[in-house]
Amino acid sequence: MSIEDIRVLTGQLAADPSSLVFLPLGEALRRRGQLEAAEKIAIAGLTRYPDLADAHDLLARVLGDQGDLERAFDEWDIALRLDGRHAGAHKGIGFLYYVAGDLPKALEHLESALTADPGDEGLAAAVARVREALASPGTAQRPSSPAVDGPADTAPGPSSLAEVGPTVFDGLEGAQDGLLLLDAEGLRLGGGLSAPDGTPVGDSVAAHLAGVFRDAERAARLLSLGPWSSVAAETADANLFLCAPTQESLLLLVRDNSVPIGRLSLQAERASEAARRWLERAT
Amino acid sequence: MRTDILSSLESITRVRGVRGAMIVSAEEGLVIAESSMEGIDGAAVAALTAGVVARLARATEAAGRTAPAFVHLRAHGGGLMAVPGQGDLMVVAVTDPEVNVGLVRLELRRAAEHIA
Repeated sequence: MSIEDIRVLTGQLAADPSSLVFLPLGEALRRRGQLEAAEKIAIAGLTRYPDLADAHDLLARVLGDQGDLERAFDEWDIALRLDGRHAGAHKGIGFLYYVAGDLPKALEHLESALTADPGDEGLAAAVARVREALASPGTAQRPSSPAVDGPADTAPGPSSLAEVGPTVFDGLEGAQDGLLLLDAEGLRLGGGLSAPDGTPVGDSVAAHLAGVFRDAERAARLLSLGPWSSVAAETADANLFLCAPTQESLLLLVRDNSVPIGRLSLQAERASEAARRWLERAT
Repeated sequence: MRTDILSSLESITRVRGVRGAMIVSAEEGLVIAESSMEGIDGAAVAALTAGVVARLARATEAAGRTAPAFVHLRAHGGGLMAVPGQGDLMVVAVTDPEVNVGLVRLELRRAAEHIA
């Protein structure tokens, strides 16, 4: 949603403070990383509509992005009391149970969310991953990497599990499209990427990049170049920058080719910092 | 033709900080020609660079983008730069950490045009 769209929604809300337009406005602000503004909008909406599950869901998302998972849980819990089939609330609580390492409860809520919203492909993938993790012998806790994150690039809308909790790159340019964090096995951990036609490609690109990760490491080692620090690539229509925020993760930054590689390097540094913080919280 | 290629490679190695330059068969990862590669295992450079570039090409294709026209692997002790030319050939440079990347890229592109 563009700044102009946000201006329009803000104008509509000012003209009619009782309007439910606070829901898309709060969500748009949250997605842009304007969390304080989003929280104010959500709380103002809740004072008018204290029994609206969607309003509690909105506030929970904002709190989640702020790292206040306890209050986020409370808000989603209220949303479920108001509407036991609320997909967003089930998804949010499922995510929090996942983060807490309680996979059976995470699965229970994620399945409820999927029942309420069967068309959510990211959610279906998350359910499959948690089921797989539970079926793995000796898996009592969640997997070491938060691979349960759904594809953030299936936006618009609160359609992915990654979006209900704190997302990796909140506040950074391209947080939902153009920044991708993956593990050494090619599984996407967060962020998202779309092809020029809008098709989500995060998962498939992540799968290919795992090989780049290994090849770069091997090339640097065998040629006695020391540890590799980045791989930059220019194509006819885009510039790409890869680096490893940690030993077990890889970050890809993609921008159109009007953004020079040098600037990508600076953006990648900031994104790497965010990724390290997020990985520390998630593990 | 052969003289042209060697001359192009020498233009690359004249840039301060470039340890060597070579023409590589991207598909087979084999050395076609090289210049000033003392102390560097040309065959390993060719094979490893071809591998990195091929994998990146698959990743960019998956992203709906065109194949890389320039690749730079940066490591603490130096770097590898590659510019694919027409067909199967690719120009590669091995560099020190302190090198003018822009200048090397320019020379790599010139060389890639020569081998096209």
